[in-house]
Amino acid sequence: MNAETGQPLLTVEHLSMRFGGLFAVNDLSFAANRREITAIIGPNGAGKTTVFNCLTGFYKPTVGRLTLSPPSGARFLLERIDGFRIAKEAGVARTFQNIRLFAGMSVLENLMVAQHNRLMRASVYSLAGLLGLAGYRAAERRALDLARHWLDRMGLLAQADQTAGSLPYGLQRRLEIARAMCTEPAMLCLDEPAAGLNPRESQELSRLLLDIRGEFGIGILLIEHDMSVVMQISDHLVVLDHGALIAQGPPARVSNDPAVIRAYLGTEEDEALPPEVAGDLVAVPHSIPSAGQPPC
Amino acid sequence: MRPNLRGMVKDSLAAAIVAALLAVPLLGFHLSGSAQGLTLDYRFGWVAIASLAVFCGRLALSLAGTAVGRSLRRRRQVVLPLSGRPSRIRPAVGWALVAVALLLPWTPLADRNLIDKATLLLIYIMLGWGLNIVVGLAGLLDLGYVAFYAVGAYCYALVSQQFGLSFWLCLPLAGALSASFGVLLGFPVLRLRGDYLAIVTLGFGEIVRVVLLNWQDVTNGPIGISGIARPTFFGLPLLASVPGRTTFHEFFGLPFSTDHRIYFLYYLILALALATNLFTLRIRRLPIGRAWEALREDETACRSLGIDPTKTKLSAFALGAMFAGFAGSFFATRQGFISPESFTFIESAIILAIVVLGGMGSQIGIVLAAVLLVGLPEWFRDLQQYRMLAFGGAMVVIMLWRPRGLLASREPTVRLAERPATLDAAGEVLP
Ligand SMILES: Nc1ncnc2c1ncn2[C@@H]1O[C@H](COP(=O)(O)OP(=O)(O)OP(=O)(O)O)[C@@H](O)[C@H]1O
Ligand SMILES: [Mg+2]
Repeated sequence: MNAETGQPLLTVEHLSMRFGGLFAVNDLSFAANRREITAIIGPNGAGKTTVFNCLTGFYKPTVGRLTLSPPSGARFLLERIDGFRIAKEAGVARTFQNIRLFAGMSVLENLMVAQHNRLMRASVYSLAGLLGLAGYRAAERRALDLARHWLDRMGLLAQADQTAGSLPYGLQRRLEIARAMCTEPAMLCLDEPAAGLNPRESQELSRLLLDIRGEFGIGILLIEHDMSVVMQISDHLVVLDHGALIAQGPPARVSNDPAVIRAYLGTEEDEALPPEVAGDLVAVPHSIPSAGQPPC
Repeated sequence: MRPNLRGMVKDSLAAAIVAALLAVPLLGFHLSGSAQGLTLDYRFGWVAIASLAVFCGRLALSLAGTAVGRSLRRRRQVVLPLSGRPSRIRPAVGWALVAVALLLPWTPLADRNLIDKATLLLIYIMLGWGLNIVVGLAGLLDLGYVAFYAVGAYCYALVSQQFGLSFWLCLPLAGALSASFGVLLGFPVLRLRGDYLAIVTLGFGEIVRVVLLNWQDVTNGPIGISGIARPTFFGLPLLASVPGRTTFHEFFGLPFSTDHRIYFLYYLILALALATNLFTLRIRRLPIGRAWEALREDETACRSLGIDPTKTKLSAFALGAMFAGFAGSFFATRQGFISPESFTFIESAIILAIVVLGGMGSQIGIVLAAVLLVGLPEWFRDLQQYRMLAFGGAMVVIMLWRPRGLLASREPTVRLAERPATLDAAGEVLP
């Protein structure tokens, strides 16, 4: 895996995000490669979600440069693009820590909304759509096929016509990933996708993410507290504490880093723990924040 | 939650106190004129009766409501229930309603009065369907919808008087003008959410009315505009005789009757309303319509999927305004006279009530709600001064019985079950 390191997809340089007197992210620099899973970990309140919000245009960074270089050859300076354009033009898709589905719409509709921009182009200001022209109908068929493909993959085919809000928690998480993938992104940002899943579901998720990485060759940024998932699938680990980078590198090395262990366990113990033990210690269940907070 | 008697009594007491506070000025003092001038009577007995009635009613409602309330709460968890299977009943009801509307003038029931009332009802249905795009689909609370209706009406009245253009030319003009007003208002305010948007649109509605009242040179102020051109039947005036022109009854060799115009207006508004309905039903299934509903559900998620919230909301606002403009020019040609009086806030409130009562997004629900809201006050006319009381009571009962509107379930815009897979689907779509 690590032998074949891809080219950098995302470079974050000196990113800082300040809220009043609080530096939620402080002078953070790292790079995430194509065809790799880069995990961002750190204790609660370390600033992980804030990094995502800066990357996806929900926050304007106080300082910093965020460069996305997708395989198409284009270069996007994400801190200069506003809001929805990052998803539309640069191809950055994300999920949310507290799931944000279109709860009253059907599962299939959620995936159709994700293909909005492609379908809008085909519907020519809705005129071709209103008249039911062949070009639009073909585009709609292709969109349905893509949605069907992801439903099949996520095991959601049987629930396609149900409301998204009525799905069990694990399926909602998967639907949110499917929705992000339906935008055909260059980079996928997942905010705690394993939160609230049982061990079997976490295993399935790990396999799914590895499949996505292998098949689509996109870069995945992963925020995750479940260390068994992180250790198993990530190629590169970025550790934050109080908004600052404290370690980065391959998972095996980082998990033995004394600074990381200190940040997690709050002890002075310098003795390196074997990764499985460290993982178990860190994978304490944590509460899922309630809805209604700023996008996180 | 266990039924909690103490809590209920407390709650009912609070309601009774509020009722008493309201009743003191409303019922407690009574001015009556007599030979000696005005005398003030005190009727605190009435106040006591009113608050006692509120206390008992509230307590009875909470007692009866605990069982019902529990099931309601469970149902409320999902925002809008989707109907499980494609409904066959709704399209059937829809077509039946269309058939009734088409045949109504030919039934023995029909007379001038009924058709005139039905025309008025259809105006409200059309306005409800138009506002439904903004409120029901896009979830933007618009309390000033009547402003666009007014713009359409004045546009038709002024353009047809100044330039002598026909109704059919003025109609698209009025629609376009209203839509541009929608964009004009929408640009600065659509970044606001929820309550703030409601307040600004409310203000906009009032501004338009006040401008119409005060811009004497153009709108003729409170006196209004009269003598607005009546519609023609594809160029044939529906009048007794017009020098130099063939009128409708002359052309068809019928005896002249003013009924012709009433029936023609009825079919005209029916066509306009059905066009609005057809448009909404179609656009709901297009990406823009789905984006409206997605925006209503979660704006943040929409942004993360690359949907432009401003443009999407603006399009809903403009299209909703356009249909109000159409309805406005129809209103002007039907009345032959308009004044700012016709475009007060209460009209906006009624149209919004129709949409909410109908079930936020349901086309047939809006028809039912319009029949109730426009029809009930007519029905209760015999009750004289208690009419609005009965009307209010009926609304409370309906909202208790159906808190999410008459027809709250939502039909998905696309179903997988109805779209069989193409054979090489997987191979085709993968990059
Ligand atoms: N919009 C905001 N306004 C003010 N402070 C904020 C805002 N967003 C985040 N913060 C603060 O920034 C810090 C980092 O928050 P963030 O949500 O990024 O943490 P996190 O690493 O995602 O934590 P968790 O693991 O709990 O999700 C916290 O102290 C939080 O209170
Ligand atoms: Mg977080």
